[in-house]
Amino acid sequence: MGSNKAIEIWVGIFMLAGIAALAMLAVQVTDAGIGTRDTYRIEARFENVGGLAQNAPIMIGGVRVGRVAGIRIDPEEYIPVVSMDIDSQYDELPDDTGASILTSGLLGAQFVGLSPGSSDFYLEEGDEMEFTQSAVQLETLIGQFLYGQDNE
Amino acid sequence: MDLVAKLGRQGINFTIHLGSSLLFLGSALKGAAASFSRSRLIIEQLYAVGVLTMLITVVSGLFVGMVLGLQGYYQLVNFSAESNLGLIVALSLVRELGPVLSALLFAGRAGSALTAEIGLMKATEQLAAMEMMAIDPIKRIIGPRFVAGIISLPILAALFSAIGILGGYLVGHGQFGIDSGVYWHSMQSGVDLVKDVLNGVIKSIVFGFIVVWIALYEGYNSPPTSEGISRATTRTVVWSSLTVLSSDYLLTALMFGE
Repeated sequence: MGSNKAIEIWVGIFMLAGIAALAMLAVQVTDAGIGTRDTYRIEARFENVGGLAQNAPIMIGGVRVGRVAGIRIDPEEYIPVVSMDIDSQYDELPDDTGASILTSGLLGAQFVGLSPGSSDFYLEEGDEMEFTQSAVQLETLIGQFLYGQDNE
Repeated sequence: MDLVAKLGRQGINFTIHLGSSLLFLGSALKGAAASFSRSRLIIEQLYAVGVLTMLITVVSGLFVGMVLGLQGYYQLVNFSAESNLGLIVALSLVRELGPVLSALLFAGRAGSALTAEIGLMKATEQLAAMEMMAIDPIKRIIGPRFVAGIISLPILAALFSAIGILGGYLVGHGQFGIDSGVYWHSMQSGVDLVKDVLNGVIKSIVFGFIVVWIALYEGYNSPPTSEGISRATTRTVVWSSLTVLSSDYLLTALMFGE
């Protein structure tokens, strides 16, 4: 009977290890998260979103404070509107906070960088950010550089 | 003429094997369904098939992850894109290496053991003795092993991937100083729960099915001699590996093609 018990315990450990590994893959690796995190949503209009993708991080000074919830086109002005979910622990962002689309490294993924302003009023659910800066496109920069050389 | 006859004989033999393995699969599935009422047998087999394979899987997973970390870093650093190391390690493990390598290890460690065990049972006429006592060896011997194999491999594959990702982290963070937040974040933004993780699990279930099917069939149909058992064991490893690798190509094309 004793060895039977040992076998059962080992099988139990085996199953638990498997469940733990699956849980790690599901939560830690994919960031599916346990339930939904508490967030509030703000929007920002950009001239050009470049290669920004859904779920891209939103950073303040390199620290992740939220993620991009979706990107759509304003049907009247044909301007991309990026909606962002900000973790509600950062609920005191001034309403003159600026947003710019940045790239991590030369070939890295694009993310939204926020630079907090100094207003006394805070951004709230559904607000739209006023100050935005579009993605810098390498091609445009190179073009400017080449034509700039010509003019000199 | 002899050559043509030989070719024909091999063709006929191949077709016979194909047919009888399918018939065997049918009865093995029935045995597997029946064995759920005797969970003790399944637990014993889970120990023999799963727990005993766990150590080799974990150790291999750790080293595969560490090698991925090393090689990935050496290449990525050329483009100063080493922040994507976590993503590369996780995707290659979860999508491909986890299910495939653990299936190959499983075939070598557990599949060969299953074939040898059942082949020996047949050679020493234990299976015939069971039939004499009106015990169906398919239900008693084959069924529980089938179930245990299909349950074990997804668990082993998940362990392999998880440990491998930790191994990649060990190398990336410990040796090359990639920030731990960057490592995990690049992974989290790029790995999808359904598309990558779930498809990996489905792959490993299919591989588990293939490996135990081949292992049990070869054991059950091995010639009752020592040479026959040794050949059956070899065939199990060779055929499982080939089938796993080729079906992996098909599954990948089905799952990840747009």
